[in-house]
Amino acid sequence: MRPLRVTAHSVASACGAGVPALAAALREGRSGLRANDFTEAPLATFIGRVPGIEDCALPADLAAWECRNNRLAWLALGCDGFRERALAARERYGADRVALVLGTSTSSIGATEEAYRRLLPDGRYPEDLRRPIVHTPHSLGDFVRAALGLEGVAVTVGTACSSSAKVFAHAERLLRLGIADAAVVGGVDTLCGSVLFGFSSLELVSPEPCRPFDVARRGISIGEAGGFALLERDGEAGPWLLGYGESSDAHHMSSPHPQGLGARLAIEAALGSAELAPEAVDYINLHGTASQKNDEVEARVIAELFPATTRASSTKGWTGHTLGAAGIVEAVIAFIALGEGLAPGTLNTATLDPACGPQVRLATERAEVRVALSNSFGFGGSNCALLFGRARPG
Amino acid sequence: MTTHTIHVAGISLWAPRLPGWDVAAPVLRGEAAMPEPQVARPAPTLLAPTERRRAPDTVAIALEVAARACESAGVEPREVASVFATTHGDLAINDYMSETLARTPALVSPIRFHNSVLNAAAGYWSIGTGSMQPYTALTAWEDTFGEGLLEAMTQAEAGGRPTLLVAYDIEARGPLSTVVTSHGVLGMGVVLAPATGPGTLARVRWRTARGTERTAPLARNLAAVADNAMAGCMPFCEAVAMRQPRIIRVGLSPSLLLEMEFDFPVSP
Repeated sequence: MRPLRVTAHSVASACGAGVPALAAALREGRSGLRANDFTEAPLATFIGRVPGIEDCALPADLAAWECRNNRLAWLALGCDGFRERALAARERYGADRVALVLGTSTSSIGATEEAYRRLLPDGRYPEDLRRPIVHTPHSLGDFVRAALGLEGVAVTVGTACSSSAKVFAHAERLLRLGIADAAVVGGVDTLCGSVLFGFSSLELVSPEPCRPFDVARRGISIGEAGGFALLERDGEAGPWLLGYGESSDAHHMSSPHPQGLGARLAIEAALGSAELAPEAVDYINLHGTASQKNDEVEARVIAELFPATTRASSTKGWTGHTLGAAGIVEAVIAFIALGEGLAPGTLNTATLDPACGPQVRLATERAEVRVALSNSFGFGGSNCALLFGRARPG
Repeated sequence: MTTHTIHVAGISLWAPRLPGWDVAAPVLRGEAAMPEPQVARPAPTLLAPTERRRAPDTVAIALEVAARACESAGVEPREVASVFATTHGDLAINDYMSETLARTPALVSPIRFHNSVLNAAAGYWSIGTGSMQPYTALTAWEDTFGEGLLEAMTQAEAGGRPTLLVAYDIEARGPLSTVVTSHGVLGMGVVLAPATGPGTLARVRWRTARGTERTAPLARNLAAVADNAMAGCMPFCEAVAMRQPRIIRVGLSPSLLLEMEFDFPVSP
């Protein structure tokens, strides 16, 4: 594919608001995870909670979209000068020529959960939550469309934990076919009862901070995060989207294909679309959720496909598994790796699972990173792999 | 704006009063009376009988129209990429999850939780057909059908291969139904192909255009879709059924339209 330039990006995660906060946490090996203080009912686990959402009310003209998820979207839009860059693109191309493609797993379901906790005796919602837009999954896309004053394509992708990786592919097609001249992509997912108690019911939640690829890993730590990227055909600065691959497992709703066939297809398709050999990949940000199955299967796929010189790690120990936002958070980590020459390690992990090849690293190291791959795999067997480069090839 | 061309290779529709394209097409053309509803939801043969009974409404409707659209197009289900579009996802499971979380959060059902994701129907389709082709699942509130169609059209054109769109919504339940309006079960499937083939049903020339004037379903067909959130798929279905050149517009966002010019160069 013809590469696209990422001319602006932003992130807000448990490691703080803004790219510099996340980059510093990566350099310093500082986790954003903390003991669960989010749910009213007890749940012994660690979470990646974004500090300050509670104090970040939406401006009055956007109050109709008020909810935790849209607050986090607003916080992330305000980081790293992203909102200004997106508004400048809107002026440059026209509001109908900037597409908006965002990913989320649960969108603002937290608002629906709250309404059910506070139902009136007659069964109706409390008055402040009688806003249909926050009880439908496009809440996120519709909010950001309004917040940025965009008038083009506006869509919310929901393929669970691959959502905000797949938005890059979706937007690339829109640009390639001339339906838009630029695209705001990204994703936001916030902590809510559905995911905390839902993943707990599947016995996938770790009682301790997650330890991806550790032989004694005990499950995932759920996090919340939001992030955005601005894609253009060219621009003055920024990393490049070189390729992507998408596939399905055709295996199970909540467990990966045992041989990682879907993951493999997605990675190979990404390499194919970028016309790159595996040897060209310097750093891989793995899906690496710290669930038993994911890490075992993903480690094997990486060991089979890549040479020992390719560094690979999971950064879930810093941010937690941010579900529908994992794609954009880890794309931003890839941008940090490319921009700073930093190959993040795997935080909290002591002894690697024997399934891991020499690619998986525990320590964060300075390294030349010219090409970075980011893996995102979701429930329902939805896989997406993204390839980013520091420079345009050729 | 650039004009693109795509072909309708196969189509399906299911609503309680229009259970399948063969029943629906003459009704949509105004040649047959609207039948009374027989069953509330379809029984997709892709699922084993026990799974069929247990499947959520979203999965039942989506799998039924997906399989019928592929059948109509004569394509192998496991070989097509797919786009699943739903305005609200599984409203019944959202009601269950929210109610359970409010009372007894530790008792949330793991199966209902993993079926609560927006891509549950897409996941079951991939598992049921053995398809490792990419699928996506998306939503855009009142413009969900238009955004789903646009993504399927761009995938078919960019990928140079047939792409399946599945669009569906179900009925709102419980307290959620006081803020979300959607009644009954409605689904449509369409296979879009970059090239014309022996069974091509229609040629569609399409472009995006600024504006707000969406084509409304024909009044005589409104009873079929009650006020299901996916009723926006009806003008597209009517255009294919009526086989007369016409232009329809569906929404992509509050100020952008997908404008489609239908013509029928091949007789059936």
